[in-house]
Amino acid sequence: MCGIVGLFLKDKSMEPQLGALLTDMLITMTDRGPDSAGIAIYGNEVPDNAKLTVQSDTPETDFLDLKSELVKTIQGGLEIRVQSTHAVLEIQADQMSKARTALKSIRPNIRVMSTGESLEIYKEVGLPKDVASRFNLKNMSGSHGIGHTRMATESAVTTMGAHPFNTGIDQCLVHNGSLSNHNSLRRKLRRDGVHIETENDTEVGAAYVTWKMQQGSSLGEALESSLEDLDGFFTFVVGTKDGFGVVRDPIACKPAVMAETEQYVAFGSEYRALVNLPSIENARIWEPEPATVYFWKH
Amino acid sequence: MQNYDLANGSLRELNATLHAQNHNTNQTVWEIENPKGAHAIACGLDAPIEVTVKGSTGYYSAGMNQQATVNITGSAGPGVAENMMSGKVVIDGDASQYAGATGHGGLLVIKGNASSRCGISMKGINIVVHGSIGHMSAFMGQSGNLVVCGDAGDALGDSCYEARLFVRGSVKSLGADCEQKEMRTEHLEILKALLAESESDAKPEEFKRYGSARNLYNFNIDNAY
Repeated sequence: MCGIVGLFLKDKSMEPQLGALLTDMLITMTDRGPDSAGIAIYGNEVPDNAKLTVQSDTPETDFLDLKSELVKTIQGGLEIRVQSTHAVLEIQADQMSKARTALKSIRPNIRVMSTGESLEIYKEVGLPKDVASRFNLKNMSGSHGIGHTRMATESAVTTMGAHPFNTGIDQCLVHNGSLSNHNSLRRKLRRDGVHIETENDTEVGAAYVTWKMQQGSSLGEALESSLEDLDGFFTFVVGTKDGFGVVRDPIACKPAVMAETEQYVAFGSEYRALVNLPSIENARIWEPEPATVYFWKH
Repeated sequence: MQNYDLANGSLRELNATLHAQNHNTNQTVWEIENPKGAHAIACGLDAPIEVTVKGSTGYYSAGMNQQATVNITGSAGPGVAENMMSGKVVIDGDASQYAGATGHGGLLVIKGNASSRCGISMKGINIVVHGSIGHMSAFMGQSGNLVVCGDAGDALGDSCYEARLFVRGSVKSLGADCEQKEMRTEHLEILKALLAESESDAKPEEFKRYGSARNLYNFNIDNAY
């Protein structure tokens, strides 16, 4: 079991409320996943800038002087926002790869959560309410976001085993279910040079989607082919810079409910997660069909 | 009429109060407010009472029902009326997966659509869906009637025993050992009564009947892999 929530705003005036609405949805899904929680939030992008969200188990030492040390190795400015165990580094987009290389040598223990112009991923072990307050999720604004509460089945309860997973620039994926062919697929992807860090099944699913897109598939095509190549149970929710998508395996035993109004499209593992959204009583509410890719874009 | 507001009370207290009603209770009509998708609302009832849930419910509402009439005015989450023994459960909206699963008796009416595995392993329950149903419905259905006024999804009636399946619209595909069967007078009468009791205006003559081809009843080497 795991819980997934997602909220895609059509009404720009709701953007300041995104974090608060998602936090409420996420905490409601605690029963489905009390091990760890995470959120991917899209918004607040600066033209020509990119964001690198990183995590450290020892933030008080790792993030100390990080800005000044990094500035030495890259040209141009750098802004750093520390939020508990995470820090968002805002860099000129063309300095991103240089910054990542520099980080590996000056802070080898730092882990990259996400890269993108708009995306920031925050995830940690712990109850969803504690994770939400640690990162002050309720005060975040943005155009859309995806959250996940984890009940681990396939691998250890760790930060890197928590969702969402970053699958490419400004892309992320969360999963409810369990993949049964993740070991063989991990070996195949690693042979093709794909970096997979953990023994987690979802990371393999995320790496698979990334790999398909590197081969030239669109996100929609990658999700379509996941229906063929991934064995097991899954409801995936994916985020991109300007949209979000949903796909369920053909058996579709992992629950999913969607709601749409003039103002938003929302996803919840259960209807409970949606009940406090504005005008939910007038929303169109439905269960996404099995083996069908859904996508919404700004 | 008794009223219980889940915004101010606990689910456990509500269910305990409903369980405390017996066959000669004077408190026969109940209204439950603010269900907000909570699980197991009005589960395990065993008294001739009428319960209206005003809104949408989560997992397993009205499960294991005996005698009671439960009306959910919104939609119901997975496993509604699971293992019902008798009584009646009416959902004004849609039902999620495995509605009426393993039910032994009573009537389940879904006025919207039902998703996958509706009536899975049904053992005598009657289910009437005004809309359409999803894949793998009536899988291993043993007895009872499943009436679908709309369409049925993939693998209808897979490996079913003696459940009777009536579909008015299209069937995307039939499951293993399920076949279309002759509609006889007795079946039209069953349909007429169930449609009337579930307030559907569909006509019995518009339906087709499906059921077991009975080829899986005995071991057959040709069915082995």
